[in-house]
Amino acid sequence: MTVLDDNTLHGDPGIEAHPERHTASIPAGATSGTPMQRSEVKTIFEKGSPGRRAFSCPKLDVPECDPAILLPDAYRRKEPARLPEVSEPELVRHYVNLSKRNFDLDSGFYPLGSCTMKHNPRLHERVAALPGHSRLHPLQTPKRAQGALELMYNLERHLGEVAGLPHVALQPSAGSHGELLGVLLTRAYHEDRGETRKKVLTPDTAHGTNPATVTMAGYEVVKVGTNADGGVDIEDLRAKATTDVACLMLTNPNTLGVFDPNIEEIAHIVHEVGATLYYDGANLNAVMGISRPGDMGFDIVHYNLHKSFTQPHGGGGPGSGPIAVSDRIAPYLTVPVIEKQDDGSFTLEHDPAEGRPGSKSVGRLRGFQGNYGVFVRSYAYICSLGAEGLKDASETAVLNANYLLAKLRQDGVGEALPLAFGDLCMHEFVLSGAPMKKDLGIRTLDLAKRLLDHGFHPPTVYFPLLVDEAFLIEPTETETKETLDAFAAAIAAILKEAKVDPAIAQNAPYTTPVRRLDEAGAAKHPVIRQPL
Amino acid sequence: MSRYTTTTDADLREMLEAIGVDSLEEIFDRQIPAGVRLREALDIPEGLPEQDVYAHLRELAAKNTSAEDEITFLGAGMYDHYVPAVIDMLMSRSEFLTPYTPYQPEISQGGLQVMFEYQTTISELTGLPVSNASVYEGPSAVAAAGYLAKLANGKSKYVVSAGLHPHSLQTLRTYAHGYGIEIVTVPLKDGVTDPDAWAAAIDGDTSAVFFAQPNVLGAVEDASALSAAAKNSPAVVVAQVDPITLGVLAPPGECGVDVAVGEGQALGNRLDFGGPSFGFFAATEAYLRRMPGRIAGETKDVDGRRGFVLTLQTREQHIRREKATSNICTAQALNALGGVVYLAWLGKRGFQELGELLLQRTHYTREALAGIEGVTKLHEQPVVREFALTLDVPSVAAVIDRCQDAGVHPGADLEALTGDPAHRGGLLVALTEQRSRKDIDTLVRVLSDAVAAERSVGTTAGAAA
Repeated sequence: MTVLDDNTLHGDPGIEAHPERHTASIPAGATSGTPMQRSEVKTIFEKGSPGRRAFSCPKLDVPECDPAILLPDAYRRKEPARLPEVSEPELVRHYVNLSKRNFDLDSGFYPLGSCTMKHNPRLHERVAALPGHSRLHPLQTPKRAQGALELMYNLERHLGEVAGLPHVALQPSAGSHGELLGVLLTRAYHEDRGETRKKVLTPDTAHGTNPATVTMAGYEVVKVGTNADGGVDIEDLRAKATTDVACLMLTNPNTLGVFDPNIEEIAHIVHEVGATLYYDGANLNAVMGISRPGDMGFDIVHYNLHKSFTQPHGGGGPGSGPIAVSDRIAPYLTVPVIEKQDDGSFTLEHDPAEGRPGSKSVGRLRGFQGNYGVFVRSYAYICSLGAEGLKDASETAVLNANYLLAKLRQDGVGEALPLAFGDLCMHEFVLSGAPMKKDLGIRTLDLAKRLLDHGFHPPTVYFPLLVDEAFLIEPTETETKETLDAFAAAIAAILKEAKVDPAIAQNAPYTTPVRRLDEAGAAKHPVIRQPL
Repeated sequence: MSRYTTTTDADLREMLEAIGVDSLEEIFDRQIPAGVRLREALDIPEGLPEQDVYAHLRELAAKNTSAEDEITFLGAGMYDHYVPAVIDMLMSRSEFLTPYTPYQPEISQGGLQVMFEYQTTISELTGLPVSNASVYEGPSAVAAAGYLAKLANGKSKYVVSAGLHPHSLQTLRTYAHGYGIEIVTVPLKDGVTDPDAWAAAIDGDTSAVFFAQPNVLGAVEDASALSAAAKNSPAVVVAQVDPITLGVLAPPGECGVDVAVGEGQALGNRLDFGGPSFGFFAATEAYLRRMPGRIAGETKDVDGRRGFVLTLQTREQHIRREKATSNICTAQALNALGGVVYLAWLGKRGFQELGELLLQRTHYTREALAGIEGVTKLHEQPVVREFALTLDVPSVAAVIDRCQDAGVHPGADLEALTGDPAHRGGLLVALTEQRSRKDIDTLVRVLSDAVAAERSVGTTAGAAA
């Protein structure tokens, strides 16, 4: 009996054999995964039994007081929270089994565009776990946290050097948090000069976080077009860059993988109307040691330490989004700021002296000093690579992207998936699946899903928005030529297969723990917690 | 080539040939204007072998006094709870550590199910039916709740209890300044939010009201009364909650709170000098489609198998852009995994037992410390795991320094934390299950000595003056 086999094989009654599959669309030769992978897994709430536990509570070692006196009944919880009741072995098995239903960067190629899925060195996990870092309380007296402050100070200097800007604030928790700070700094800068500005410009190629941030910071979004080369439409920019514009937010290279050839002119236009130029650092991995945002004329830059600086992405965080600014923006930076004293010690200044960074601060953007655990990892990375290694990382990222682009042209893929803009690219490139859709009858989504059966994480799909059937590929510098070759071969094979039978891709994937999921149904009738 | 890149000279030649360029330089020269090319090397020290990087980072760690090196009673938002070994193991598994946000659900069922389970535990803790999959951390979660209210009702004012953690208040101010909402703070009276001033501050222009449970002085607020005071206004009732106290305290959802947010660090995450941890965000059903951030939902695949996806994405920045409910993208998925594993590790009974233990030990500690000459309770309100004292000394910082020299961190300097001169002499003491009676008795002795010493210094200085 199949059900029994699956459970016996796996040995966990929390995992049930899957229902009968639709077999009609499964191509011959498609493997069907391990029993665990193609089974249903109960949630932790559906496992265990009343009375089981993994936690031994320390004994009450102080004289017991009547709890009713300590906490009046009116303030008390009446019914315990219905948390799971499982033993440690069950707990471990449940989550280890769940982990096996994830694809991850350590297992395979992850060319997700604009996400910079580069290798995460394990040294970083080891040093971040040292108790001197991991068990350090954020309110520890600064003189007893000198190592942490020194690390943060050094990281600020190094990041500032990469951006070509002198002042860095580490506080923001992720890229979008850094963006928000950047736009709020712009507001503070203009307000300090007695100016009221209402608009922020963003190109139509921008990440969604840019316009969302602009609204959160109280500005109106004005879109700027893209020219035929994939850069900012200069005429459109000129027309829209008026004196009520506070800022232009730009990613360079942008989400098309295009380094804007007019960046100097763009900076000039923006500065001429008194606006700031904001650099979205999502694509910084293309230019470390090669070109610096500060030298391009940017006033404010955010970094994604979980992209260019190898903080593991954790399935959706943690990240960290420090920002760097020019001298004129520095007074408004978040507090506290780290200052190095003449005796070589470091202090945390909550109210910096006039003229110092943070002296007219916008305030805080979160609790404490930021995601220090991420700083440790990124600092270790910079220590490992040094100036030369950082440059090598960007050079190799760009080399790998151009090589993969060339391979995808060579293998006869080019007609179905042409490059959307340009000829060469920086660290990533966008293909358009429009001809593929027309000629082969499969969409970019189908190609992505079929790649899952080949063991690859697909690139970013349907972004940037201005490219029809977009397929945004960022291989990163840590992949081998062999991997890039294999990926290109897989794309070629899928297209070849689609010529014969598009239904195979249209119904893919087949080998994954689950197949295509009903997302519309999930949104229409949301079930977002376990009914208990 | 560094140790993380792999291009050999032979690879390079083949790759350049395939691309159709003569050199790597050519790729850059053809794309980057000469005026913005960096011609010199970055001013960053030369790269180091792995073992040297380890030694450097270990040396920096050794310059810090961590909770491993002293008996700490520091809290004020982050707490030295024990992190079980299973969490270290699970959070370092490649399959959880290294994927991106689950954009491809077919190969992300593990992470998505973890989110779903996490959302369920947060709903259970808070008594609120809707939870997202995490936000950054505590104070910015408070600000995110403010933004939800602003979009929901468009009113012009936030009413904030002075019992809110100062970092939350400061963060809310930073955010609110951007979109122009006025903030009115309501003072504390006898250690809790002044009920009359609170009721008087709330009116038809109030977008949201904010209080903390327990508040920054460790005092348990009358959450039901504070919420009820806002019921005849348009205001969204927001509570920042210490999740560990919910083993014994009534869940915010049962007290009339609309949005409960907070810092999740106490739930299985390390101190890490302030982060990364996670923020939780839970709300009533009415705000389901106004929530910030990712939400996982249950569904089925084409074969009818149970599965999970990111859902209600039309709220989010990548779809809705300038009309999104928030700009958040990357949140704290790995840390939220730590949170749900921690709660499952504690379990239904353990979570309660832990709350009761903290209640007893906190009471014992508070009474013992208040018995020291020159030390009084700052308020008499019930407390669960943290409380405020007033030290009759010239400098709390100096008392803390003396205690630390004796191997004990007695707690946070309240005035330094809140910036409020009314808190001069204030010390905020926090308990976790790691602080045994022996530790507490050591604290009593060390603090007693330090206060006595500082009082005599103060007297001498006063006499000299």
